[in-house]
Amino acid sequence: MKIGVFICHCGENIGRTVDCARVAKAAAFFTNVVYSVDNKYMCSDPGQNIIKQAVKDYKLDGVVVGSCSPHMHEKTFRKAVSDAGVNPFLCEIANLREHVSWVHEDKEVATGKAIDLVRFAVEKVKRNSPLTTIKVPVTKRTLVIGGGISGIQAALDVANAGYEVVLVEKEPSIGGHMSQLSETFPTLDCSQCILTPRMVEVYQHPKIKLMTYAEVESVEGFIGNFKVTIKQKARYVDADKCSGCGTCMQKCPIKKKAFSEFDEKLAFRSAIYVPFPQAVPNIPVIDTSVCTYFKNGKCSMCQKVCDREAIFFDQKDELITEDVGAIIVATGYKLYTIDKKPEESEIKGYGEYGYGKYKDVIDGLQFERIASASGPTSGEFKRPSDGKEPKKIVFIQCVGSRDESKGFSYCSKICCMYTAKHAMLYKHKVHDGEAYVFYMDIRAGGKMYEEFVRRAIEEDGVKYIRGRVSRIYEQNGKYIVKGEDTLAGVPVEIDADMVVLATAMVAQPEASKLAQTIGIPYDKYGYFVEVHPKLRPVESSSGGIFLAGACHSPRDIPECVSMASAAAAKAMVLFGSDMLEREPTVAKVNELLCAGCFYCRKVCAYNAIEIKDIRDRSGNLIKQVAYVNDGLCQGCGTCNATCPSKSVELIGYTDEQIFAEISALY
Amino acid sequence: MQIGYYPGCSQTGTAKEYDKSLRLVMNKLSAGILELNDWSCCGATSAHVTSHRLSLALSGRNLALAEKQGFKEMLAPCAACYNRLLISQHELNNSPKVKADIEEIVDCKIKGDTEIINIIQLFQKIGKEKISENIKNDLSILKAACYYGCLLVRPHDITHFDDAEEPVSMEELVKTVGAETVNWNFKTECCGAAHSVARKEIVVNLSKKIIEDARTHGANVIIVACPMCHTNLDMRQRAMKREYKDHSEMPVLYLPELIGLAMGFDNKQLGIDLHTVKFKFPELVKKSEEITV
Amino acid sequence: MDNNNFEPKIIAFVCNWCTYTGADLAGTSRLKYQPNIRMIKLPCTGRIDPVFIIKAFEKGADGVLVSGCHPGDCHYNAGNFHARRRWIMFHKLLDYLGIDDNRLHFSWVSASEGKKFVDVVDGFVNKVKAKGPFIRYAEINKEFVING
Repeated sequence: MKIGVFICHCGENIGRTVDCARVAKAAAFFTNVVYSVDNKYMCSDPGQNIIKQAVKDYKLDGVVVGSCSPHMHEKTFRKAVSDAGVNPFLCEIANLREHVSWVHEDKEVATGKAIDLVRFAVEKVKRNSPLTTIKVPVTKRTLVIGGGISGIQAALDVANAGYEVVLVEKEPSIGGHMSQLSETFPTLDCSQCILTPRMVEVYQHPKIKLMTYAEVESVEGFIGNFKVTIKQKARYVDADKCSGCGTCMQKCPIKKKAFSEFDEKLAFRSAIYVPFPQAVPNIPVIDTSVCTYFKNGKCSMCQKVCDREAIFFDQKDELITEDVGAIIVATGYKLYTIDKKPEESEIKGYGEYGYGKYKDVIDGLQFERIASASGPTSGEFKRPSDGKEPKKIVFIQCVGSRDESKGFSYCSKICCMYTAKHAMLYKHKVHDGEAYVFYMDIRAGGKMYEEFVRRAIEEDGVKYIRGRVSRIYEQNGKYIVKGEDTLAGVPVEIDADMVVLATAMVAQPEASKLAQTIGIPYDKYGYFVEVHPKLRPVESSSGGIFLAGACHSPRDIPECVSMASAAAAKAMVLFGSDMLEREPTVAKVNELLCAGCFYCRKVCAYNAIEIKDIRDRSGNLIKQVAYVNDGLCQGCGTCNATCPSKSVELIGYTDEQIFAEISALY
Repeated sequence: MQIGYYPGCSQTGTAKEYDKSLRLVMNKLSAGILELNDWSCCGATSAHVTSHRLSLALSGRNLALAEKQGFKEMLAPCAACYNRLLISQHELNNSPKVKADIEEIVDCKIKGDTEIINIIQLFQKIGKEKISENIKNDLSILKAACYYGCLLVRPHDITHFDDAEEPVSMEELVKTVGAETVNWNFKTECCGAAHSVARKEIVVNLSKKIIEDARTHGANVIIVACPMCHTNLDMRQRAMKREYKDHSEMPVLYLPELIGLAMGFDNKQLGIDLHTVKFKFPELVKKSEEITV
Repeated sequence: MDNNNFEPKIIAFVCNWCTYTGADLAGTSRLKYQPNIRMIKLPCTGRIDPVFIIKAFEKGADGVLVSGCHPGDCHYNAGNFHARRRWIMFHKLLDYLGIDDNRLHFSWVSASEGKKFVDVVDGFVNKVKAKGPFIRYAEINKEFVING
């Protein structure tokens, strides 16, 4: 084998600490190295040309580049080598920057280490074999998990491009939290007015298969070839027959037993219900935990009054499989609650604010429902406790966020904006009302956001107090809010009629379980993790699975919409060709050595190892061996390490290669 | 059961009646508490702000004594002592270096596994049944506001006792002996604490607010579990009367005094006659009810 | 034994997705650590055969470090679980193989834990420095005149 070694100075990054010329000189003496050179910028055009020229001039069939991390430029150099006519997998990188020049100071020591690393890359490449990328077919369909604004946007983008979408939403209707809002900042658009047209578009779109009241049970497969099992929960209503007339809801005798989730428990709903009048689809479901029929077999009022005979009490949950090529996760968020949490929980509740026992100490979504024209008070400001109009409302920011002792250390991003919005909405309706906002900082970094907050202060007379609230307690029907005005340096006490807490956006409680089902990483808060926070924010490290919206981190509506469109674009990149190329560093079985113990099958996380019959010419079975489906194999190598006879090997990381590396280091 | 008893400085001084009633009730319940031999200051007052190491050593000495004298559990009836001993124990157990230093100062090994308990936890250990068996008097005329103060339940990560914002353990005991409890706002509100000495007016202001909140919520007696709480809420009512001409007195009882009353002991036996605000059961109670109405 | 000038040779078997990337992060953050370590990149700690570890000692390593993704976070779902199980069994053999417990270290370093990588390396290098060079296998080799 004829190997060429190319040492990059990376400007000063490597060159300042590592004597690159010396490394190149030393490499020239390694066995099989016929050409060795150093250069200031190997990844640049002229740098790459040096490599290509050397390949031609010296008939190289192996290349080692000493440069930055392979994560940066392995692809670059492999392409250069490929352009020169050599198989790209006969190119190895020695990480001289992130692992040498940037982490060590002594020049002598660093240069010595660099020489070692180059030597073992040479030993490895000697044992590399030329490989071709594996091509797998792509299913040009997308699964979108979550039907809030993010899921809706992503689904529409993909469907409008002509690809089929399956949209799965666990609630009976799509719309998510945005459908609960009264108005959106900074334009004060009516939230449902801008959302419902999108919801209807999704419902009517020929390319979107909408599955509401359904959840993802399992995900198998890999990028371009996922097999997803979805549980369609029983609505007990036949979706094809129901006309959405609503008579069943009107006649349902259960009026005061079930709290409306949509109205954040400020109102009741019936046992058979749609979450809100503009629900899409407008088909009810039966809550079996409060329905008299399901609890003790009596009452079938809804069935009796339905003139379409659409109600079936014996409907069952259904499992449906869908084949998709890409998955977009848009499962959204929940709000932090101040109720008392279990002793072992790292998150505590806020006892000083009443642990949730005060009816008029509410959170942001509850305030939205009160302010909403279609809400439980028809948009009039009425206290949940006694229905009186509050004349003094205190808003408290940063509840559960930026709080390491009781909540989460991160900033929930949207609260400063929606608190200003809440105060403004209140002042617009109750002109003689007083609104106070306790804040730590004001974060209003979007377009027209700062101006929006100033408007609340200057035009609507909302009083902002910088300080935290230490205690809220009830006295004579009012809520005494004890806080501090840090700018004036005095304690503050306000007798409020109502208190609105800007509670933190938190990850959905089942997020980690869903992440494990899908196979994507998640962080300690339950948010899903991106590949690179700066440059690849919508991709998860599992190929083909993309992230959109608040399930990734706290964000407002325009950011959710942007992220959803970005995720959709990424999904559609996969559909750009009929075949996907995959890295060929997969496992391969030597059928002569394999004894058919199938330990490898047990440890393969992708069920990529099959049983293959080896037969003689007459068709008699000689033995059974393992066989790796290279379309499924992801190249982890666990089978290789498990195999007692080493008959299955991970190409690119065989025992021989690794032993050679170990031996070469000293 | 032999529980160690660490009285602390106030039990022989300003909180004599706390000690008296406690011993009386313990005797009646045949519950063995044995005073720690040769105990000394725990460092709860000036020591811990003057020299941290001194406060650790002072507490450390008492912890070492408790271990040497074989106590698995030790009662500290004063909430400040309780809190200081727990904090010191926690710090010693979490830093081998600090522990080694303190062991050298007190010249004794400290295992740090003695369970330090407060007065409420003591009665919880004795158990509701045993207490109920010994009840003779009907206390239902009492509407008690249970005042926890600041040190019994905070910091929760160290005390691991009840809830730091809405504690309920004292109420359960008070209900067990037959008195009624009220739901009020100032269970853990600051009374002014040690400012009682140098800045009395702060205590008069803050403690007055506590008493009035209890009264607003229907209480005719306040129950405490700490000598500092008692001093500020009871003794300082004299100053409150001078400051607020219309101040009407609110009796303040130690928890064992209440339990002793339920068991049939009288004011003199329990030391209640030493209080600033006189409490005569049941006459005084009726009288203060008239005033509230 | 005078160990003042002894610089141990450490071989590290690391997984590409977590620890190798974590080491990259240490580099981009310009954190400094001791240069005794030589990393061998594998796709997953699940690929690690205990034989690699023995081979490393045989070829002159004074210490071996194995590092991968935190449990539950493996890029390939469960590779690191297999690695952990193998490690538990292999650990029991160390005595029999004549390898001191202190010369082998198993750790979880995620892609975002650049600082942790530095701490793991420095801590382990210091531990092996204190132990001195590993001469057991070299002495056996000398006896049987095997070419390394």
